[in-house]
Amino acid sequence: MPEVSVESGAAETRIVTKRLRDRPDDSWSIDGALASGAYDVLRAVLAKGDAADVQEQVKLSGLRGRGGAGFPTAQKWSFLPPDSFPRYLVVNADEGEPSTFKDRMLLERDPHQLVEGIAIASYSVRCNLAYVYVRGEFALGYERLTRAIADAQALGLLGRDILGSGFDCDIVLHRGAGAYICGEETALLESLEGERGMPRIRPPFPAIEGLYAKPTVVNNVETLSTVPHIMQMGGAEYAKLGVNRSTGTRIFSVSGHVNQPGNYEVELGMTFRDLLYGLAGGVRENRKIKFFIPGGASSQWLTGSDEHLDAPLDMDYVQQTFGVMLGSGAVMVFDETVDPVLVAWRLAKFFAHESCGKCTPCREGTGWIEKVLYRMSHGLGRPEDLDLLVDVGGNISPGVVNAPFVQTTICPLGPSAVSCIASLNKFFRDEVLERLRDDAGVRA
Amino acid sequence: MSFFDEKNLANAKEILARYPRAKSAILPLAHLAQDQNGWLSPEAMEQIAELTGETAANVLGTCSFYTMLKRRPCGKLVVSVCTNVTCLVTGGPEVLDHLEERFASEPEVTVEEVECLAACDGAPALQVNYEFHERVSPSSAVEIVEGYKSGARKARTVSGATVA
Amino acid sequence: MTTTEPEATEVPKTTVTVTVDGVTFEAEPGELLIKAAQEHGIYIPRFCWHERMEPVGMCRMCLVEIEGGRGYPPACTTPVTDGMVAHSRSDAVKQIQDGMLEFLLINHPLDCPVCDRGGECPLQDQTLAFGPGESRFVEEKRHFPKPIPLSELVLLDRERCIQCARCIRFADEIAGDALIDFIDRGERMQVLNFEEQPFDSYFSGNTVQICPVGALTASQYRFRARPWDLSTVETSCTTCSVQCRGAVQSSSNRLVRLLAVDSEPVNHGWLCDKGRYGLEWVHSGNRLLEPQIRDGGARREVSWPDALDRAADVIEKAKELHGAGSIAVLGGARGTNEDAYVWSALAKGVIGTDHVDAQLGDGLPADFVLGMKRAEIADLDRASAIVVLDQDLRDAVPVLFLRIRRAILELGVPLVDLAPVAHGLSAHAAVVARRVPGEPVGASVHDEITRVGEGRAGPVVVVIGRGNVAASADSVVGAAAELAGVHDVLFLSALRRGNVHGALDAGLAPGFLPGRTTLDAARAWFTDWWGAVPAETGLDAGGILRAAADGKIRVLVLLGADPVSDFPDATIARRAIDAVDTIITVDGFESESTQRAGVFLPCTMWGEKAGTVTNLEGRVQRVGRKVAPEGTAMDDWRIAAELALRLGSDLDLATVDEVTDQIARVAPAFAGVTSGMVKNARDGVVVPLSAHLDEIVIRTRDLSIMADDGSGTSWDPIKVEGEPPAQVPDASSVSAHVDAPALHEWDGRALHPEAPARDAYALRLVVGRALYDDGRLVSETPLLQRLVRDLQLRIHPSDLARIGVDSGGQVKVTSTRGSQIVAVRSDAGVPAGIACMDFSADALGAALLVDSGQPVVDLRVESLR
Ligand SMILES: Cc1cc2nc3c(=O)[nH]c(=O)nc-3n(C[C@H](O)[C@H](O)[C@H](O)COP(=O)(O)O)c2cc1C
Ligand code: SF4
Ligand code: FES
Repeated sequence: MPEVSVESGAAETRIVTKRLRDRPDDSWSIDGALASGAYDVLRAVLAKGDAADVQEQVKLSGLRGRGGAGFPTAQKWSFLPPDSFPRYLVVNADEGEPSTFKDRMLLERDPHQLVEGIAIASYSVRCNLAYVYVRGEFALGYERLTRAIADAQALGLLGRDILGSGFDCDIVLHRGAGAYICGEETALLESLEGERGMPRIRPPFPAIEGLYAKPTVVNNVETLSTVPHIMQMGGAEYAKLGVNRSTGTRIFSVSGHVNQPGNYEVELGMTFRDLLYGLAGGVRENRKIKFFIPGGASSQWLTGSDEHLDAPLDMDYVQQTFGVMLGSGAVMVFDETVDPVLVAWRLAKFFAHESCGKCTPCREGTGWIEKVLYRMSHGLGRPEDLDLLVDVGGNISPGVVNAPFVQTTICPLGPSAVSCIASLNKFFRDEVLERLRDDAGVRA
Repeated sequence: MSFFDEKNLANAKEILARYPRAKSAILPLAHLAQDQNGWLSPEAMEQIAELTGETAANVLGTCSFYTMLKRRPCGKLVVSVCTNVTCLVTGGPEVLDHLEERFASEPEVTVEEVECLAACDGAPALQVNYEFHERVSPSSAVEIVEGYKSGARKARTVSGATVA
Repeated sequence: MTTTEPEATEVPKTTVTVTVDGVTFEAEPGELLIKAAQEHGIYIPRFCWHERMEPVGMCRMCLVEIEGGRGYPPACTTPVTDGMVAHSRSDAVKQIQDGMLEFLLINHPLDCPVCDRGGECPLQDQTLAFGPGESRFVEEKRHFPKPIPLSELVLLDRERCIQCARCIRFADEIAGDALIDFIDRGERMQVLNFEEQPFDSYFSGNTVQICPVGALTASQYRFRARPWDLSTVETSCTTCSVQCRGAVQSSSNRLVRLLAVDSEPVNHGWLCDKGRYGLEWVHSGNRLLEPQIRDGGARREVSWPDALDRAADVIEKAKELHGAGSIAVLGGARGTNEDAYVWSALAKGVIGTDHVDAQLGDGLPADFVLGMKRAEIADLDRASAIVVLDQDLRDAVPVLFLRIRRAILELGVPLVDLAPVAHGLSAHAAVVARRVPGEPVGASVHDEITRVGEGRAGPVVVVIGRGNVAASADSVVGAAAELAGVHDVLFLSALRRGNVHGALDAGLAPGFLPGRTTLDAARAWFTDWWGAVPAETGLDAGGILRAAADGKIRVLVLLGADPVSDFPDATIARRAIDAVDTIITVDGFESESTQRAGVFLPCTMWGEKAGTVTNLEGRVQRVGRKVAPEGTAMDDWRIAAELALRLGSDLDLATVDEVTDQIARVAPAFAGVTSGMVKNARDGVVVPLSAHLDEIVIRTRDLSIMADDGSGTSWDPIKVEGEPPAQVPDASSVSAHVDAPALHEWDGRALHPEAPARDAYALRLVVGRALYDDGRLVSETPLLQRLVRDLQLRIHPSDLARIGVDSGGQVKVTSTRGSQIVAVRSDAGVPAGIACMDFSADALGAALLVDSGQPVVDLRVESLR
């Protein structure tokens, strides 16, 4: 049964983060990992020898991808054509979504959990070679995972004929080199193939034609790190945690103006209030939350209103009710001293900088938006600028201001740059317009 | 005339063997080149082209997509300061400005502005050759860099590899 | 908008029913929506999509709404499905199109007034058609230094580029020369080459044509003209025997540009750079524009009547004194079919000599070429295997090289590479067996050909030319006979000279008469038409030159031929030229061979003359007359007719169409190929027509260059002369007259010459033609002249080591003909024991090493130390 550590009223539910919290000094070493049960599940799974059962348990668990899209993991695995080999498992460790820092922690502090998850998942989808695409900037994480793989191999926990089961599984690490877009699964595959990291047109989907045009599953670090625990608890048991279609726990990276920023693994369904005040210690100097970004830079924003703070961490609920997403699990908190236009500009600058340039609306549009927001946040705005942004944003993702929106781009990066515009317009329109009029006045 | 030294040529062969398609080796080989040479020179790209059987234009096309690959000579120390939103509201830009000013005249130190480093709980954060340093201030940041310069701190390569 | 249900039919239908913007039509399943719509008159705007390349869905200009579907998929990546109902002009889609154009324009310099594309620019047109009004973009635009050269031929203006990747994709996907790519990303993404490595591709000009904006411009055409003062005529390029379809444009009576036209059976919308940019020679200052005759010493300009009288006089005298057999005619592969036919009639019917050859010893025997079982280019696509015998297809017949490359890479046809040295296709070969010149193909290779063809219907297509002029033609025919003996083969000729196939078909070869008939079989038939034909079979080029050298040929007529520069064995050619009494030249330029000419008759050149030409697959197409001839240059056929008249027979031919129609009447293989027929058939016609009737597509509308290759102005495409639609003829009207002679068939037998065994130290010579050779077209086109590669002997590293020289050093090479010093380069693509060299007749050229009397040429190569 998962341990529950009680701080304030709210509590963490540590499953994926248990080892690294319990053994801060050696959780990443093979000894520390083995001493805390690493690879026991793999051993059991291989002993049982029922690959279909793994998929079944993951299905029962209701596990949904932790990378951002929240797609049901078992279903994704089931898309692989039954008898087409070779096939690949690709692990997305490119964590680049601003203010998301959970995968980095899992890589640096519990690499063996990931290795075990990869081995079990590979066994389940009958793949013998997994590639881990590690964000280039994660030098330490890369080293620790490299070491973990070597150690596991040395003990026969990876490689040929694992534990005498006849199952082979090799893991190849691939370092990125500085491009956020390579977190997008098809861009990642391009990058892995030595191309420019530009997303592919879908269909075909990776499950059919992925890496080297072979069937491929792409999963996030946290997703795969969860798999061993699901096998240990049993899918049904895991599914008891969480709410509705948001089962289990998730690691939320809380940052910004909170007193205790950090990663918190909580049962889904907890409210933002418990997360931000109960666990993250509330806002510095007891200031008010002006707004917060619930799911990484790509998400639209929420405010410090009770309505928003009391909303549950439920992927579907927040999407349907507020048009925001839990995305990558990053929660950025901004107190009332913060200028929302400045934050919007910096986010736009990020997306403009990271746009791969493949499709017109994003390549040209994000740059345009950034330039306008720069003026607006630096005293050079014009009263018409906000509506201009809304309109230009609408050409990247029509209907963004009144979701559900669709995109004119190839991948969701372009539309992500529009989220901040939609949010500015939704929550701070009057404030912004007034400010633009003033600036114009001052200049005149 | 080989760009890679003997040892790295061997490494390169080992890297190529990891992938069913040689082109996949471009990024790892580019990192290797920077470990050896401190930046990604045209000569390096030409040899990578040779090793992977691609045209030099394609190697350039791939490499120029990625910000960690330096196609101009840069300092032995690359200081990457995050100014993305969390660092933005916790003092990142001030750290950046201070470092840029402080090391403007030192070619050995390259200060660059970067996007979120996934260290937001330790904002403002920076990296020196991809080694993390969190909750920095303008002054502590300078001390850190000086530490690397003096050798008190052991720096990774400009591509982040540990120096044996 | 109402959905139209696919109507029920009892037979299961093979097509799908699609509705776009209210128009319902049937389309091929899996066909891309953008193409299906276009074929039914609905133009969905696009920039990145190009019919001949893989779709990439980058520019997002073609987004459409599909009923029942979510979002706005690109029409260029969406296959049609049955019952699909799509909208490309709905309000929502219009809004997106406006938005997309606005995005493309915010960073665009809008310098249309000084842009070569101005007036024929898809971006400009679509902005007018779909685009928003004034700009809302008040920020600083993206800036790049103005045009930078990607190569000698192509300039890039990165500010105008809209990142559609057409050029990059063409270079990689179609040409296989990935020398340009995107660099950087996002807003800063730009097309570029690597450092100092230029975009040197034989096909680079195509990127300029398919660039949908003015980002890529041709250094040749830059600022030369504006679209609205260009006039255009459809034509075929005759730089090589592929005869790609094109549209030639002129401004104030100068040819300024050749654009590719997309012809399905021939060039798929591509041209090589030599064909595209090699127009300048037509207007070269070195052209001779007035007739000249020699009295005693110098040659002087005279009137046409005087010059023609003199020529006739020379011929008459020689005939009287030494007989018709003392007169020979060389050349004719550069003109039209009409030129060749009338010269054939003059030489064989009027003068009575059979010493006539359009090839200059660098081709294959007419007996084989005219009689082999022919393949069409399209047969490559359905072949069970493609066999390549020689190395230089990209140099000799560039766009055929592209078609073969496509067949291999896109359609999966296996390539069997039997060339003596590695070449541009070797990397894609299923089987590589380096054949030593002069040696047979061999049983093991036959097994391989059968193996790779397993389970594939269709013939084995053997691409056969004379890629190596240092080995005798007989050795090539020997290989052909061997292959034909074992497999079900069709031969696709790779003989390179512009209209050599038309010339041979017209009877410009010893032992043959027009329409692929032999002198013996057609004697009676042509005696009826012409009054007479030669008594017995004459000599080919080699024979003629030797006879001339021995004083047996007294008068040599050169039809645009320069044997001294082109005949593989320059020694013989020189001796012949020096020995003959009189040379009569019909040409545009003075050459090594013509300096001694007693009569010089200036003829019209490509672009100055109309008529028909025949390509390497036997396809007859029209060439257009775009400019008035320089000076008083006269069509070759008219010169022949004038001479015939002076020699006492009136051929009674007044216009070029009359010539075409006479050929259709008298030349059996050309039965039914009338001037009207050729004008009306969109893709020309393949002869014999009776066997290819079903392939004829009658031209129904003016053909638009730019829209058809997808690159161009969608609304008002450049129009070229169209012809009124005609009827497809029926078999009876096109089959030859009942008592016409039968077409010649190659008997498949060959005397395989016994090549001497190579001694251990000798290197067997392989000599091919570089695309940019020292031929006239290149030397008169400064732009291309710069691209000629320097002469080198390429040999295998091991041989280099044995000889003891470094790559780049100099060696002494010796053949039975003599010695010379050349630069040597190491080349792993050349097998040990072989030495490879570009053809050149200059002082250091291969032509001085080749002995055309020998089946092969072996070299002794020594270091100078
Ligand atoms: C612009 C963009 C960036 C992304 N970055 C990441 C990332 O850094 N890490 C990640 O796991 N998924 C990222 N994703 C989501 C991946 O495309 C993919 O959905 C995910 O890796 C699938 O794994 P999962 O199903 O386990 O979540 C990104 C998506 C987009 C559109
Ligand atoms: S949306 Fe942006 S990041 Fe995504 S494909 Fe288009 S240009 Fe690239
Ligand atoms: S996206 Fe379809 S034409 Fe460019």
